[in-house]
Amino acid sequence: MSTVVLKDIRKSFGDVQVIKGVDLAIEDREFCVFVGPSGCGKSTLLRMIAGLEEITSGELKIDGEQVNDVPPAERGLAMVFQTYALYPHMTVADNMAFSLRLAGVSKEERYQKVRDAARVLQLEPLLERKPKELSGGQRQRVAIGRAIVREPRVFLFDEPLSNLDAALRVQMRIELARLHEHLNATMIYVTHDQVEAMTLADKIVVLQGGIVEQAGTPLELYHHPRNLFVAGFIGSPKMNFLNCTVSAVEAAGATVQLPGGASLTVPVHPGPLKAGDQVTLGVRPEHLRPSETGELQAEVMVVERLGGETFLYCQLAGVGMLVVQADGEVATQVHDRIAIKLNPVNCHLFTADGMAVERAIRHPLADLRRPVARKAG
Amino acid sequence: MHPNTRSKLWLTALGWFAALVIFFPILWMILTSFKTEINAIATPPVVLAAPTLENYVAVRERADYIHFALNSIIISFGATLLATLIAVPAAYAMAFFPGRRTKDLLLWMLSTKMMPAVGVLIPIYLLFRDLHALDTRWGLIVVYTLMNLPIVVWMLYTFFKEVPKDILEAGRMDGAKPKQEVWMLLLPLSLPGIASTALLSIILCWNEAFWSLNLTSSNAAPLTTFIASFSAPEGLFWAKLSAASTVAIAPILVFGWMSQRQLVRGLTFGAVK
Repeated sequence: MSTVVLKDIRKSFGDVQVIKGVDLAIEDREFCVFVGPSGCGKSTLLRMIAGLEEITSGELKIDGEQVNDVPPAERGLAMVFQTYALYPHMTVADNMAFSLRLAGVSKEERYQKVRDAARVLQLEPLLERKPKELSGGQRQRVAIGRAIVREPRVFLFDEPLSNLDAALRVQMRIELARLHEHLNATMIYVTHDQVEAMTLADKIVVLQGGIVEQAGTPLELYHHPRNLFVAGFIGSPKMNFLNCTVSAVEAAGATVQLPGGASLTVPVHPGPLKAGDQVTLGVRPEHLRPSETGELQAEVMVVERLGGETFLYCQLAGVGMLVVQADGEVATQVHDRIAIKLNPVNCHLFTADGMAVERAIRHPLADLRRPVARKAG
Repeated sequence: MHPNTRSKLWLTALGWFAALVIFFPILWMILTSFKTEINAIATPPVVLAAPTLENYVAVRERADYIHFALNSIIISFGATLLATLIAVPAAYAMAFFPGRRTKDLLLWMLSTKMMPAVGVLIPIYLLFRDLHALDTRWGLIVVYTLMNLPIVVWMLYTFFKEVPKDILEAGRMDGAKPKQEVWMLLLPLSLPGIASTALLSIILCWNEAFWSLNLTSSNAAPLTTFIASFSAPEGLFWAKLSAASTVAIAPILVFGWMSQRQLVRGLTFGAVK
């Protein structure tokens, strides 16, 4: 059992408040990812959990026990740093055994635990090397190994993959997912890369300006973003936004007037929405299709062909750019005029203050959770 | 000739020239120490005619070189050790846990070096007299420690700043107490910097003349006092003075020579990656 609970956690540097009251419950064995733009406070929050930054106010509980003033090493956490932070003057084995050595563990036991961790991470042939003789990916593994050896209650990762090249990043991402499955431990992971967040997380916490914008499963954030910020942050390329006016409100949804004159009934629980309200319609590029019967008329300005899919950047008269994800086979060229089809089921509505209007249909996968793994033997 | 090669040649020639200009007085001193007093002041100068060891014999007869050298060694190394012991925790705190006033504090420490030493000669002398510290090795060690402390703290601070903070934090996460953090991580990682700082401090102590001349006379007198005794009232004996100077700088010259690699590495640490 390893849960982490944050209650109204705040952090100020001098007069500047950087974490402005975070409430969060991270469950046992959960892979929780803090994601957000740079400067949103995600690393600071992680460092506060780690004990490397003081908590200005609020309550931090690990396994139900308040640890605000407990020194880092006694919190039972292990951290993997962005820069790996290996001890350059020690061998890989000594790096991994350092915490055990400080804890006064006997030499044989240290050796055994380092061997075990090295086997999991395929580091055995490297144990006698110094960090400078290792590649980036190997250093990353050693850093993870150093964390594993401590058998922590919670693993903390501070942007661990951002110093790796793209190919290695994908590989390490998969290894991390497998490691999580294997270790069956609670992990908190900070990244600015929303793909990492989507692929690794059981729970994503989107931070901005020191507050939690939304916390939920990846698909919950994707299908039911709580506000414009989350809608724009999750998904790549980002969601398209169109300013519209509500023309009618009924039980089945809200009808909006699209730029260009067409109208569309979006299935939402309209709540306080009423005819005449200004709203923002959000629709993801992958939910738009070029089609003869499309509601929106646009001119294609840029075509990005990725092979399997093609992104069309279209100029919508008087509105701005709209990104459409089309099939890889489309022959559309720059300056073609196309019609774009919207599927109302995939559309989101946001009120003038940027909050999402609740969608009428809950996505069936929005609450999908990873099956709890049996403890690996 | 390739233009690159040519400029390299020029640079090498220039480097050698500069080195010779800087080294020439020392070389001349060493040469003079092997001349007779007459040859030493001859015009035009005699480079090396009839080398003699008589100056060294004279120096040896007149003063107990070993006594002075031992004092120099004890005082320089003692003061350096003490200054380093005090400066390491100070620089660690300043580099990794800076407060709002840390920068000001550093500048203030350096500013104490700006004041001419004469300004505090009387108070220090009186203090030393009352504490019975005059002409004692420990007295001079204390003064030299305080004299070099700002520089030692500054240098260590700069070297510590080069150590990635993450590594120390990783140590903290692994359970290292501050003392272990310094001893097992920070010191091994900044060893070249510490070595060059210590070396500089030793050289500064070795060369220091003002305080040693004013606060010591015989018991604790280091080599600077030894040299000064050769520019005696009877007049200047250049050859003997050169011989005395040569033996005075010999230990530190040898020491510096042996550690020059370490020194250069330390002084350019961070500047060259």
